Amino acid sequence: MTRTSAKSSLQQQIDENLKRVFEESLHQDVPDRFTDLLAQLRAKERANQDKEAQK
Amino acid sequence: MTAPRDPRDELPEHLPALRAFGISLTRNATEADDLVQETIVKAWSNFDRFQAGTDLRAWLFTILRNTFYSDRRKKRREVADPDGLHAQTLFDKPHHDGRLAMTDFIRAFDQLSPEHREVLMLVGANGYSCEQVSEMMGVAVGTVKSRTNRARARLAQLLHLEEGEGLLDAQTAATMAVMTRSGVQAA
Repeated sequence: MTRTSAKSSLQQQIDENLKRVFEESLHQDVPDRFTDLLAQLRAKERANQDKEAQK
Repeated sequence: MTAPRDPRDELPEHLPALRAFGISLTRNATEADDLVQETIVKAWSNFDRFQAGTDLRAWLFTILRNTFYSDRRKKRREVADPDGLHAQTLFDKPHHDGRLAMTDFIRAFDQLSPEHREVLMLVGANGYSCEQVSEMMGVAVGTVKSRTNRARARLAQLLHLEEGEGLLDAQTAATMAVMTRSGVQAA
């Protein structure tokens, strides 16, 4: 077993925990409002493109 | 090399990470969601400025963190969670795997400044290089490096872990499967 220095081992543990903190939030469901928002933005964009095309 | 995809199509894939980054800055899911919403709208109207083929997630993170800091300046509102309520509500699962106890870790993380949480999330958790983060934050690489070091040191201090102190290395930790939380604190 190769031992890293105490400092980098501490850093490694901290980073592992930081990853876990991040992943804990990452695995939460993304609220539907974002899917709705993206759909609205797309629809708006399409409407604008149509308007441009009619000019 | 495949042709770069339309960032509009790619955006939904980055929402969980964007939201997680938002939560790490605000420590509050509701505020994070508002932040993500603002980020999506801003990104959408600025996609012509996005360089195809570059890291879309980093670009979105940049918009989110800039929005966070400018909102914060506007509101001048305290968003900290000194009692660690967030930790209690979101992270109540016990971790008996010999590594740092998660609830203690979260509580310490919550006490950091958003600036410290930011660099730790970008460098420590997401593995961005200090160079990448310096571009995202619009500061010098040296600033990112020193801020990351200070943030790690502060976290270690809050966890009562001195740098250079003989702590369990990851492999040892993994083998010590049933170490209790009090045992870790005593280490």
